[in-house]
Amino acid sequence: MASSTIPIQPVASRSQAFEYLTTKKDELVGWARKFSLFPYPFVTACCAMEFMAVSSSPYDTDRFGAALPRFSPRQADLLMVVGTVTHKQAPVLLKVYEQMCEPKWVMAFGVCATSGGFYQNYAAVLGIDRIIPVDVYVPGCPPRPEMVIDGIMQLQDKIARSRHPIVGRNF
Amino acid sequence: MAAPVLDLVQQRLAPAFGEAALAHGMLVVTLPPAALLDAVRLLKAEFGFDLFLDVTAVDWPGHAQRFEVVYHFYSTQHHVRVRLKTRVAEQDPTVDSLIPLYDAARFMERECHDMYGIVFRGNADLRPILLYEGFVGHPLRKDYAKDHEQPLVPYRK
Repeated sequence: MASSTIPIQPVASRSQAFEYLTTKKDELVGWARKFSLFPYPFVTACCAMEFMAVSSSPYDTDRFGAALPRFSPRQADLLMVVGTVTHKQAPVLLKVYEQMCEPKWVMAFGVCATSGGFYQNYAAVLGIDRIIPVDVYVPGCPPRPEMVIDGIMQLQDKIARSRHPIVGRNF
Repeated sequence: MAAPVLDLVQQRLAPAFGEAALAHGMLVVTLPPAALLDAVRLLKAEFGFDLFLDVTAVDWPGHAQRFEVVYHFYSTQHHVRVRLKTRVAEQDPTVDSLIPLYDAARFMERECHDMYGIVFRGNADLRPILLYEGFVGHPLRKDYAKDHEQPLVPYRK
């Protein structure tokens, strides 16, 4: 019976130049991570309309690798808080954040998530950074799609510039 | 332009229960809390006010009868609305529940209890519906500070 293994053989390179290349671990991992953001949309209010606009074809966050929403926080690494968060919802938001695996980033989408916006009352949390750490703020009521894309790009820059410990603190 | 049926409602309600007037084409009846249940029962039975739209309250600080409880009803038979108002004091802000007449009253009275602290006699379930367990006070009362927060999650830093 003939062997059916896939014929993989060492191929002699035509050029010596591209046999290998060198980089830094943090740059390589950062480059990989910044183009594979899996957002979890925590959508509570009218900014959702703008979130849909920025996700769909005319603006298309897929260009930045950040288009495929995961509806389980365990599969996501970018928490997009889109809209007003109330005190009654705050425990839910915290639980969602804590369920996400490292590495994780948070975007405050719209002025309500950023600072509470025009709300100052018994119900609204004046900015989600009172509860969870935030990496990038996108103000606006609602923000323009261009602002959201700018926010995503700033977050990508931040990820690219960050340390990315994989095994331990030293690697 | 008031609908003719409102004249009939006015004639039927005003002498027996309280005073009535037209405001922006809507009949407004002001009546004492004791007369509320009978007046609503009459509205529902005789004029087809079978849709209970809302109950809310108005806070008048400094008035002897501090809270004005406001009801809205709609007649799907005559396509008109009527507004009932009744006043209660701060010491005993109690009115009768409309649950025997409208099941929809259950949740709307809970909301009114959340926001203004009106007690609805006969509504056994006045747990918070929009607010949360442990919330102290009634946020739509005028003496509730507008920037007073009661967070459920401790703030960072």
